[in-house]
Amino acid sequence: MNIAIPVDETKTNVCASLGRAPYFMIINANTSEKTIIDNPAIAASGGAGIKAAQSVIDQNVKAILTPRCGMNAAEAFKAAGIPLYQTVSESIDQSLEAFNKGELIELQNIHPGFHGRGGK
Amino acid sequence: MKQLLIISGKGGTGKTTVAAAFIELAKAEAYADCDVDAPNLHLVLQQRTPPHSDDYYGLPKAQINTALCSHCGICMENCRFEAISYQDNYQVDPYLCEGCALCQNTCPSGAITMEPSAAGKLKLYVDNKTVFSTAKLNMGSGNSGKLVSEVKNRLKTNVSTQPLTIIDGSPGIGCPVIASMSGVDLALIVTEPSVSGISDLKRLLATARQFGVTTAVCVNKSDINQKLSKEIIDYCQQNDISFVGNIPFDQAAVTAVNMGKSIIAFDGAAAQAIKTIYQRTINLLFNTK
Amino acid sequence: MKIAVLSGKGGTGKTLVAVNLAAVAKNSVYADCDVEEPNGYLFFQPTEVTKHQVTVSIPSIDYNHCSGCRKCVDFCQFNALAYIAQKPAFFADLCHSCGGCVLLCPEHAISEKQNTIGKIFIGRSKTITVITGIMDTGRASGVSVIRQVLHCLNQKNKTGTIGIIDCPPGSACIVMESIREADYCVLVAEPTIFGLHNLQMVIELVQLFNKPFGIVLNKCTADANPSAEYCHEKNLTILASIAFDKKLGQLVSDGQIAVHCDPLWHELFVSLLDKIIKEAGYEAATDNQR
Repeated sequence: MNIAIPVDETKTNVCASLGRAPYFMIINANTSEKTIIDNPAIAASGGAGIKAAQSVIDQNVKAILTPRCGMNAAEAFKAAGIPLYQTVSESIDQSLEAFNKGELIELQNIHPGFHGRGGK
Repeated sequence: MKQLLIISGKGGTGKTTVAAAFIELAKAEAYADCDVDAPNLHLVLQQRTPPHSDDYYGLPKAQINTALCSHCGICMENCRFEAISYQDNYQVDPYLCEGCALCQNTCPSGAITMEPSAAGKLKLYVDNKTVFSTAKLNMGSGNSGKLVSEVKNRLKTNVSTQPLTIIDGSPGIGCPVIASMSGVDLALIVTEPSVSGISDLKRLLATARQFGVTTAVCVNKSDINQKLSKEIIDYCQQNDISFVGNIPFDQAAVTAVNMGKSIIAFDGAAAQAIKTIYQRTINLLFNTK
Repeated sequence: MKIAVLSGKGGTGKTLVAVNLAAVAKNSVYADCDVEEPNGYLFFQPTEVTKHQVTVSIPSIDYNHCSGCRKCVDFCQFNALAYIAQKPAFFADLCHSCGGCVLLCPEHAISEKQNTIGKIFIGRSKTITVITGIMDTGRASGVSVIRQVLHCLNQKNKTGTIGIIDCPPGSACIVMESIREADYCVLVAEPTIFGLHNLQMVIELVQLFNKPFGIVLNKCTADANPSAEYCHEKNLTILASIAFDKKLGQLVSDGQIAVHCDPLWHELFVSLLDKIIKEAGYEAATDNQR
């Protein structure tokens, strides 16, 4: 099964935003192989959360680790049956380790959609 | 890093005057003007270096290649935005085109393409450690939300260790205001004691609530109508909204703006009141969980 | 005849001018296109008010006929459709109502339904018809509500009546939509650098749409007036100069219509309306008995 995490420009840290993250890291839970994919939503005028969610859903992902998520993307993931978990820090490895130990909690920080204009 | 947004609902209440004053009081090193439709903040902040300018592109707009057009009229028939008209040739009005691409998809002759469309200009003033991000939306343009997000994103180039970012917002409750609210720790609403001001304040508060944004309120030109000023304070108390102060009407505000300066440069009643409001706002920002 | 009142900068006195012009005209229709923050109705306190929903079309997907081909999802430029569990999922907030998905579905599995985005209130205040458009909070754009307001204005604005369009601040698409059918534009300016800066923007906008226009200078004091200087420099038509008046400010803050409170204001706005009509080339239609 695959796990997805939004990552920032460094490609090594967790990104604060999911919808506008520049990349997603897709981790094969069985082989631990990591792949980086571009987030097509970064250029989106609106509906970034949905476009981002679509690109992740298309990767056969079974779980998402993220610090937060917009309502639209969350709705899309829910419809796809993909659970969201709260990352513990900026470190990808720390969150992955916690996930594997079953220590991560379900994501609480689901913010109202800013109509695709999110990002701090 | 805390982000403070200054908005108003009704226009002309004094957002930019307050924002400029706060920037000076905080000695802020990262600030932005998100009123991309009518940016004014740069007029009262003395920028020493010219800005870097970049074009901002919105959704691509349809363009008809008359050489390939077979004059079937299908594009005009289907366009929901009345953006296509016929006068010797079929043409697209870029002000009306919303970029849905239906015409491109239904054209039997392949005569329609979606072309990049500059919808505004982004400006970034960088001066030593200070970063000031602003933009101007082109006339008649829509979808200003993404431009606002871009203006805020550019503040990330800020390397300052200063814990406060100040955003001067826009009037209204639509697109640019909603976009400016994203990721904000506190939205300070500058209102005025008038029936219009109060009506607009309530709609803005409803909008902020919808997006889960914490708000605080101050009343500018408070002495023009004492009864209504009190009504605003009472409303805030009844609805658990932080009220941070009154600013009396002060002609110095106009003088300051016309000299391209912040009102803090003039030591009058308004300047004093703004300093007090600034302190209370900072306390709210840094002392709440 | 339709007169649009706009300003670029907020708080210059658009609504003051629009409301009082409507009040002195013999039979007028006041249309509030500032659908994000409408204020005119607070002054008119209209009665016999009827309410109308403003709706836009959104797709309704019949999943029994949907083949999961994904064509609608791939077409939508606004990301209002996503492909989840082999079917399209729809996100109403992002839809621009272009009707494309309905047209392009090869199975004809998508039809249209209506989604409410705002309201129009139509009422009367003496001989003035008051049309107020209000966008629902949380919406991104009020353009569709403005279109409805103007549609109602056209229905109510018969020969001999004067339509006054109170525009939103700025110069973006909502303002452009508001002035689209105006015969004449009144630009309200205040004597500050902010006011001038934004005045220049709306002048560009009205010129782009070839609208005849004139300027009302508001809140004038004895101090230097950058907006007035600019108008003189560019030879622009100045329709009236309204002096800064604390009492007027208080009247307005209380929601009072100035022309009903003092004959001097009545006279000022009657002159202003006459001047506008003259400039716009129509015959005078003011009621001097009011």
